[in-house]
Amino acid sequence: MKKSVFLGVVAATAMTAGFASASTLDDVKARGELLCGSNTGLTGFGAPDANGNWVGFDVSLCRAVAAAVLGDPAKVKFVPTTGETRFTALASGEVDLLVRNSTWTFSRDNDLKLDFVAVNYYDGQGFMVKKDLGVSSAKELDGATVCIQTGTTTELNLADFFKFNNISYTPVTVQDDSEAQRQYLAGACDAYTTDASGLAASRATMADPENHIILPEIISKEPLGPVVRHGDNQWGDIVRWTYFALLIAEEKGITKANIEEVAASSTDPEVRRLLGVEGDSGVMMGLDNNWAKNAIAANGNYGEIFEANIGASTPIGLARGLNALWTQGGLQYAPPLR
Amino acid sequence: MSDTRAETAFIRTEMLAPELPPVTERGIIKWLRENLFAGWLNSALTIVSLLVVFLLLKSALPWWLNGVWNATSLGECRTIAGPEGGACWAVIKARWHQYIFGFYPQDAYWRPILAFALMFVALAPVLYYGLRNGAKLIGTVAVLTVLSLALLDHDVTHVVLIAVLMAVLFAVSWIAPKRLVYVTLLYPFVAFWLLWGGSVWKPVATLLGFGVMVLVYRLIQPRLGVIMGTAIGFLAACFYWLFVQGIITGALGSLPPGLAGVNSDQFGGFLLAFVIGVTAITCSLPIGILLALGRRSDMVLIKTLSVGFIEFIRGVPLITMLFTASLLLQYFLPPQTNFDLILRVVILVTLFAAAYIAEVIRGGLAALPRGQYEAADALGLDYWQAQRLIIMPQALKISIPGIVSTFIGLFKDTTLVSFVGLLDPLRGVTQIVRADINWKGIYWEPYIFVGVIFFLICFGMSRYSMYLEQKLKTDHR
Repeated sequence: MKKSVFLGVVAATAMTAGFASASTLDDVKARGELLCGSNTGLTGFGAPDANGNWVGFDVSLCRAVAAAVLGDPAKVKFVPTTGETRFTALASGEVDLLVRNSTWTFSRDNDLKLDFVAVNYYDGQGFMVKKDLGVSSAKELDGATVCIQTGTTTELNLADFFKFNNISYTPVTVQDDSEAQRQYLAGACDAYTTDASGLAASRATMADPENHIILPEIISKEPLGPVVRHGDNQWGDIVRWTYFALLIAEEKGITKANIEEVAASSTDPEVRRLLGVEGDSGVMMGLDNNWAKNAIAANGNYGEIFEANIGASTPIGLARGLNALWTQGGLQYAPPLR
Repeated sequence: MSDTRAETAFIRTEMLAPELPPVTERGIIKWLRENLFAGWLNSALTIVSLLVVFLLLKSALPWWLNGVWNATSLGECRTIAGPEGGACWAVIKARWHQYIFGFYPQDAYWRPILAFALMFVALAPVLYYGLRNGAKLIGTVAVLTVLSLALLDHDVTHVVLIAVLMAVLFAVSWIAPKRLVYVTLLYPFVAFWLLWGGSVWKPVATLLGFGVMVLVYRLIQPRLGVIMGTAIGFLAACFYWLFVQGIITGALGSLPPGLAGVNSDQFGGFLLAFVIGVTAITCSLPIGILLALGRRSDMVLIKTLSVGFIEFIRGVPLITMLFTASLLLQYFLPPQTNFDLILRVVILVTLFAAAYIAEVIRGGLAALPRGQYEAADALGLDYWQAQRLIIMPQALKISIPGIVSTFIGLFKDTTLVSFVGLLDPLRGVTQIVRADINWKGIYWEPYIFVGVIFFLICFGMSRYSMYLEQKLKTDHR
């Protein structure tokens, strides 16, 4: 708590002192490179591969923004940030944009003076238990020992959940995901709790995934999304609409493979506006009219990015669930582009 | 009678062959009886210890023996190792280069390797001033460097050129070991250029600043003394660095020879640990000596500043300093200043180590008898001469164990930089390796690998300090 207050004060000081530059867009264009705050390594979401190329679900969004602004998805420099340094790195101008599975909360939005411009992944906190524990619901976990990472919102959610259901638990605090998995497998705790996407990734890499189950309860809302500095609305709009462009592309069936063909042949007015064939959507944001086309061509549409990094065909194997398009029962919904 | 006596008399003409001591009083049995089974308490302890060792080995040995070296993922390792399980060293085989070099471009690995080898060449005159030991060290390093380059670098010209360079340096160290001091003085600039690349003229222009400093010092020192000479020389150099160097680098910056530039964020693993550790170690020793002298000084201002600095830095945890380096400094600098994170961290780690070194050296100074200071005064030496010729050689000798343990601690503390998002070998690189779905869930192997390397380096430093203590021991022979 103290830490967040401290960081908040620091961030607020920076804002009032006016250290952040006037226009992020001009800075990025002048630099010719987007500085994107990323994770220090989270399976499927953002990490460098064996050759040092950053890949992942969050990373792809950074690349799409770079493509929209600079016309080249490679013109992005990833700055690894830890849970402690991420918001200060953004507030102090060390990065232009933070896409690092950060939960959108009230205090981060208001107290830290940041803007969450979209939700690119709806997550929630879940539980994993060993099958032979014979538990089928989180409410049956009375008296259980639970492995939990310290200093995260998940720790607070856990306390809330058990208090609300009037059952008791013993926390086993761990430092990071790998330690949690080690403790859980060694039997130091009955249940392991973190974001459901993280649980799925952990389970997928266990020696005996069939002996572990993820309980159906999701006890919290964890909307993860890209963050920008408060006060630069133009830049916020660019990031938000780059993301929406990826959603609209999925809705309209525009993929990385067929984008040129669609741009040439489509008669759908929204698609034509999106791909810059007619209208001047880019100019309104201070970009090139091809912005959305470049963004989509970088890694494909939202669905393609999801499938390539964390989807059912990958070892992590996450289902779309809440992250399906609104037309398919999910929450991903883009306003009309007009 | 006498006959019979003569017949029965036996006079031994030769010595008996010496008997072996009884079986319980010699060899391994004696050693065992004395050391392991002396009394029932010792025997019981021995048996319990053996049991513990046996149990430990029984649980750990199969894991070590059953290690898998060839696999592409943790799952494959598990399949190969079978139900009894085994270490998955394949992760080290697949990712070792990231543990050593971070994301340094693979075709430029010869640059950090050469910088590392030259580090030993630069160290040789410091470690073994004027001794042939230095040449042996350089010879060994040269052979290892050429071997590792031959394995890693596919460009034959690199290997041949570096082999020639190392051979020349070896010859110099054999014939005139003291000449290598010039390599030591040039090394920081050479290493900077090798590691970060860019035009060669940038470090050369920076080097010129030191030339300016020495020149001004030479001109002023005879007239105004050491302190004024140093101060004005330093100011002149600062003036040069701030206002003149930019013009020179601007004019020559695009001229060859140059190396491809490497960004700081591509540094990682042990390369990063060495860059931070070695720079901080070399810079903290002189700063620490000055601070220790400042703390014992009679001049109020200097004494207060030194005490304030030392106590402030020692009172603050290193992690706080690192967070300051990575988060707060950015607020105080003008916007869009790109002040390198590694540089920021190096500066603060150096200051941190300097405060500790200052206290260690102050301990050495306090241990010197008063007579030594008085003797220096009686000889008519001025302050700096007395420090250089009489006080410091003795004080530093006394402080060696303390200095080296501070250095060892500092080198291990470089792993803390993972808290500010740098790729330290222990946590930063391991986290990235684990983020790969193929290696997610791996736990001990990276830690063991990194731990072993750290142990070798720190053990080396500690053995060298023991050697140095032996060599410098002048009393109670």
